[in-house]
Amino acid sequence: MKIYLPLDSAAVALGADEIADAIQKHAHAKGQSVTLVRNGSRGMVWLEPMVEVESPAGRMAFGPMTLADVPALFGDLSAHPKALGLTEELPWLKAQTRLTFARVGVIDPLSLDDYKAQGGLTGLTRALGMDKAAIVAEVTASGLRGRGGAGFPTGIKWKTVSEAVADRKYIVCNADEGDSATFADRMLMEGDPFTLIEGMAIAGLACGATKGFVYIRSEYPVAIRVMEEAVVIARAAGLLGASVLGTGTAFDMEVRVGAGAYVCGEETSLLNSLEGKRGVVRAKPPLPALQGFMGKPTVVNNVISLASIPVIFEKGAAFYKGFGLGRSRGTIPLQIAGNVKHGGLYEIAFGLTLGDIVDKIAGGTASGRPVKAVQVGGPLGAYFPRSLFDTPFGYEEFAGKDGLIGHAGLTVFDDSADMLAQARFAMEFCAIESCGKCTPCRIGAVRGVETVDRIAKGDASAIPLLTDLCATMKAGSLCALGGFTPYPVLSALSHFPDDFTRMKDAAE
Amino acid sequence: MLDSNSTIAKVENILVHHHGMEGALLPILHAIQAEFGHVPQVVLPVVAKAMNISRAEVHGVMSFYHDFREEPAGRHVVKLCRAEACQAVGADRVADHAKKVLGLDWHETAKNGSVTLEPIFCLGLCACGPAALVDGKLIGRVDEAKFDTLVEGLK
Ligand SMILES: Cc1cc2nc3c(=O)[nH]c(=O)nc-3n(C[C@H](O)[C@H](O)[C@H](O)COP(=O)(O)O)c2cc1C
Ligand code: FES
Repeated sequence: MKIYLPLDSAAVALGADEIADAIQKHAHAKGQSVTLVRNGSRGMVWLEPMVEVESPAGRMAFGPMTLADVPALFGDLSAHPKALGLTEELPWLKAQTRLTFARVGVIDPLSLDDYKAQGGLTGLTRALGMDKAAIVAEVTASGLRGRGGAGFPTGIKWKTVSEAVADRKYIVCNADEGDSATFADRMLMEGDPFTLIEGMAIAGLACGATKGFVYIRSEYPVAIRVMEEAVVIARAAGLLGASVLGTGTAFDMEVRVGAGAYVCGEETSLLNSLEGKRGVVRAKPPLPALQGFMGKPTVVNNVISLASIPVIFEKGAAFYKGFGLGRSRGTIPLQIAGNVKHGGLYEIAFGLTLGDIVDKIAGGTASGRPVKAVQVGGPLGAYFPRSLFDTPFGYEEFAGKDGLIGHAGLTVFDDSADMLAQARFAMEFCAIESCGKCTPCRIGAVRGVETVDRIAKGDASAIPLLTDLCATMKAGSLCALGGFTPYPVLSALSHFPDDFTRMKDAAE
Repeated sequence: MLDSNSTIAKVENILVHHHGMEGALLPILHAIQAEFGHVPQVVLPVVAKAMNISRAEVHGVMSFYHDFREEPAGRHVVKLCRAEACQAVGADRVADHAKKVLGLDWHETAKNGSVTLEPIFCLGLCACGPAALVDGKLIGRVDEAKFDTLVEGLK
């Protein structure tokens, strides 16, 4: 009997390890031999821990599992109280277009054989037969833009590094994923680490870089463990090392762990941190592409950007570009979080409206109360009211509504949310996490908290002060931490003005 | 009590292990903290010398990052997520409850050294919040009752 049960952090946080123990114990007691594969999560977090049992018809899903549901896995499965049917037929999964996440949840994350059997290494093998310029051209043609937040075209970044002349170049994967509501990087690294390794190896070939780093935040213990094991396996199999897949081209990589600083997700701060320094932001220029890690030309890309590379080479740039909307090409792993009925990871072509994502896919709130606001793009993203639910999910489309898609995390709030408190939190978070290098961010955020507190006490004259302060932070901050904190603050203020006058009314 | 000779010997061993690594300071500080539970200040000059930087620079790096602590934490460390997606499902309420039950504010350690309470900003469990990390164990959907069970044996 073959059973799959995720090692994914969310599944573990909901009891997967205890379920795994119970399955083993029960199998042992029954004298039944069980192969238990700890896979990635299929992304339906409300069904975790979700067990899958292999059957002639396909994998059958059961969830959310409790310890009491374990014994019935060894009886008549069709009568199991948590039976969900065939995994592949679950509507939430079936409606997705899984390109980057095609293997996540399907394979044993640390089995290179599973990986290859599901199309792994096809992209790298193809890239190994191409010259540097052709690899870069393929990435450019795919229309892939950075998934870390800024949306910069990946091919153009690679071209700069590829054409730079230097004795050493680096590929740095940004796995700092500090935004609330985001967990795509984590799920990818936990569920299919070889995809990231393959993507980085292709980046190395394209740019003439022989060394890579994955900088993972320390809050991700499972992802760190799986990535580290995967690198060791990849090296032993000759996928990494002095001669990638026996071709004579070198590429190797290391996993590095952050130390609890949100700003280290900003690429120049991350590079300082990797060099063993304080994670302060560097002024740009010089661009990291020209002077990055240790002053050498460096690609800094998000996990999802790099993990989307293998499928682009496997299926071709045109195939990838065929999905999407406007200048947002390909697919995007939406991360649906907060107060939702159905939360998790949903990979789909760009272009769904915010309303469809929140009402149809997420199924509204978990509390059953009306949706009040959705914060899109993490702590630096704007709060969207229901009146903007017709906004299609795309870089330009969200920018056009004074928002951003960021790393594609969505936090849903019900009508009990207090938007003044959310605005205050945005300022407080910026104050806590500011690297301290520039004044608008460091001091502005502290003043911001004070100003919101004045408004909360009924001082309406502080509202224009807050708007002014936001303008200063936007224009004068060195990076998007101070520069984008105004997004959540001003969107809360402009879309939910009642929450900023309530106290005043009460005082009058 | 840590005996400073054996502390320094252990740190020297860690330094040897990281010899030749590019940008080794964070991995070294992580290794030291994994060994001692904090970064004892007596080791800073040793690290500084090996890295060929000043003691002030090592201290500057260490103090920049939320993870590194100069003093030992309590025997148990409870971290609660304070970020937005967890707020949307009641994290603030759970945090208030936690502070009351433990009699601690953020970053404080109980007088008897049992528990330290820390805020954390996102554990990537945003679809099953409020999230917590208790002695390194990930926990989702933490409400007041679950919190009480979690910390029952810790106080
Ligand atoms: C405060 C701040 C935090 C950031 N955090 C992340 C992060 O956690 N992960 C990430 O990939 N990019 C993050 N970014 C964006 C990076 O600076 C950079 O644009 C990105 O890593 C480039 O990769 P991409 O082109 O593949 O998106 C952050 C930016 C700022 C200003
Ligand atoms: S916001 Fe709490 S785990 Fe992400």
